[in-house]
Amino acid sequence: MAILDVKNINKRFGGLQALGDVNLSVAENSVHAIIGPNGAGKSTLLNVLVGKLIPDTGSVMFDGQSVLGRKPYEINQMGISRVFQTPEIFGDLTVMENMLIPCFAKRDGSFEMNAIASITQQRDVIEKAEHMLEDMNLIDHRDDHSASMSRGDKRRLEIAMCLAQDPRLLLLDEPTAGMARADTNNTIDLLKRIKEERDITIAIIEHDMHVVFSLAERITVLAQGTPLVEDTPDNIKGHPKVREAYLGETQDAA
Amino acid sequence: MFGLNAKDTRLFFIVIALVAFAPFLMNPFPTDSAMAQFNAGYPDLMQRFVIFGIFAIGFNILFGLTGYLSFGHAAFLGAGSYAAVWMLKLLTINVIPAIMISVIVAGVFALLIGFISLRRSGIYFSILTLAFAQMAFALAASVLTPITGGETGLQTALSDPRILDGARDAGGNIPAPGLWGMEMRDSAEWVVSGWQFTFNVGYYLAGLCMILAFYLSIRIFRSPFGMMLRAVKSNQQRMNYTGLNTRPYTLAAFVISGMYAGLAGGLMAAMDPLAGAERMQWTASGEVVLMTILGGAGTLIGPVLGAGFIKYFENIFSKINDNVLHQWFAFMPDGIEDFLVTIVHPFVGKGWHLTLGLMFMAVVIFLPGGLVEGGQRIARLFGRKKKAADKETDASKTPAE
Ligand SMILES: Nc1ncnc2c1ncn2[C@@H]1O[C@H](COP(=O)(O)OP(=O)(O)OP(=O)(O)O)[C@@H](O)[C@H]1O
Ligand SMILES: [Mg+2]
Repeated sequence: MAILDVKNINKRFGGLQALGDVNLSVAENSVHAIIGPNGAGKSTLLNVLVGKLIPDTGSVMFDGQSVLGRKPYEINQMGISRVFQTPEIFGDLTVMENMLIPCFAKRDGSFEMNAIASITQQRDVIEKAEHMLEDMNLIDHRDDHSASMSRGDKRRLEIAMCLAQDPRLLLLDEPTAGMARADTNNTIDLLKRIKEERDITIAIIEHDMHVVFSLAERITVLAQGTPLVEDTPDNIKGHPKVREAYLGETQDAA
Repeated sequence: MFGLNAKDTRLFFIVIALVAFAPFLMNPFPTDSAMAQFNAGYPDLMQRFVIFGIFAIGFNILFGLTGYLSFGHAAFLGAGSYAAVWMLKLLTINVIPAIMISVIVAGVFALLIGFISLRRSGIYFSILTLAFAQMAFALAASVLTPITGGETGLQTALSDPRILDGARDAGGNIPAPGLWGMEMRDSAEWVVSGWQFTFNVGYYLAGLCMILAFYLSIRIFRSPFGMMLRAVKSNQQRMNYTGLNTRPYTLAAFVISGMYAGLAGGLMAAMDPLAGAERMQWTASGEVVLMTILGGAGTLIGPVLGAGFIKYFENIFSKINDNVLHQWFAFMPDGIEDFLVTIVHPFVGKGWHLTLGLMFMAVVIFLPGGLVEGGQRIARLFGRKKKAADKETDASKTPAE
């Protein structure tokens, strides 16, 4: 059963065909990786999925409902959460406050005029947020300014914020980019654990093949805006087209 | 207490005490001493302190929390004033209905203007609010003369109906705005060996309103709603992708701050039943921006301090003329006296704007957190002598003090 069905998506930026006839189907409760060289259109595809960009043609169905034309906050409330390529957190707020906001969004919906009650009275939300912080090993940073944390901690906080909403589909855009090896391995373990503990579908964009092959059940290779192949990790490893796309790219870069 | 944590309760009681004892605190110098001109404890000025305090507290809920910088909040102040004067003309000279209607009318105006202006953010939002306010100012001064009294302004008159309590008072004059037999301009004097203290009805009514307005602002700051407003300022993108619709949050903040402005405008009309279009002018909108930033945007007490500071300067520094300066420096030899007077002259009297401008620049450059940050630094300086480490963490934990 596919939870996400993307059909015939095209997106042009002026003369640049960023996405060309993209078809993608993500099975429920799977981990699906999207890989491809820089500028392949991976982030653009995620932008279409979360309502940040409107494609020129095509359809996006999530759990049988169309996503296109909805506002980002509506799509999120449908159950799609996204972790960005550069961490998007509330830098002026404390770590705990960062955690509270998605918890309130989950409980109260997209808007709630809760202007008189003190936050400290909202026991249920506070407990949930603290639990998430403990679970993600961030509780020591509870009262820190989130902007002052390391990049790895910010990324972990952003993942925790997304998970606090109990999303059905979690979109990760290069979650280990710029991380040290140890942090990368921790993230792999974390994502594995999340997958075991929850009914959740994960779509992950990643350049680090170690991460991809540790997690993914299926892999889509995107090059110049078009899906090249989609297959299991084992078949992708030796695929000539993939080697071509990647090797060609690395030779150019070098 | 009152649903506030210990720290906020303390701050709240300090504000209550300041308002209650202002007639003493503002008049520290004996009436015939040389320093008496620095006394600010007269009703007119004390009323302005608390009324502009309300204006700035409300403005801070929008600007301090969400970061949306409105340059048109004077429009709501003006709308509140006009509404209040109309109430004093048509219904009753009792100020309570006038004050209530001013809040409602300003709220409706803010809803309309906010709905349109909040379609944009940043500088475009500021320009939109400025355009609306200037439009309101121009209309009030011209086309809308039947409602606003045009350039002369709107005031109470003998010919008003005042359906509840009649057009004139016992003496046949226009009645003064009042509250169950007391008039806003009524004052009690207390003279103690050289000192004179004035307790004014209007001041205490406005002061009570400011205390309530301040209390509400603490509650908003500490509520989930207040946290969402700070999240808007911090990262709108993350908010949207966390399933939160930012528009109603910003609109609610805009309307609340517009209602605060309306309350301030209504109180102005209650103290002195006269409303003019200049209350809506962009300089008035700019003033509340200065007050909030000078005191400390996003802090609880900052706007109140900023409002008091600016109003004090406007009224006290502007009164120091060359005669006063000559008195001050009279003990100097003649040549030096004249020289000093020449040096100080541009900074006082009509030049008070220059002093205020320089202080504003100094605060923005050296104390980006406003006067509140200055206070915190001083407190930390003294605290360090006692328990250094303890104090440091305490201060960093409470960004929105
Ligand atoms: N908003 C935009 N306007 C114009 N061009 C864009 C926009 N967003 C992306 N592009 C272009 O579309 C192409 C695909 O970009 P995208 O960010 O999707 O690549 P990517 O696969 O995520 O690459 P990377 O691995 O470097 O993150 C790039 O050439 C990029 O410059
Ligand atoms: Mg990308």
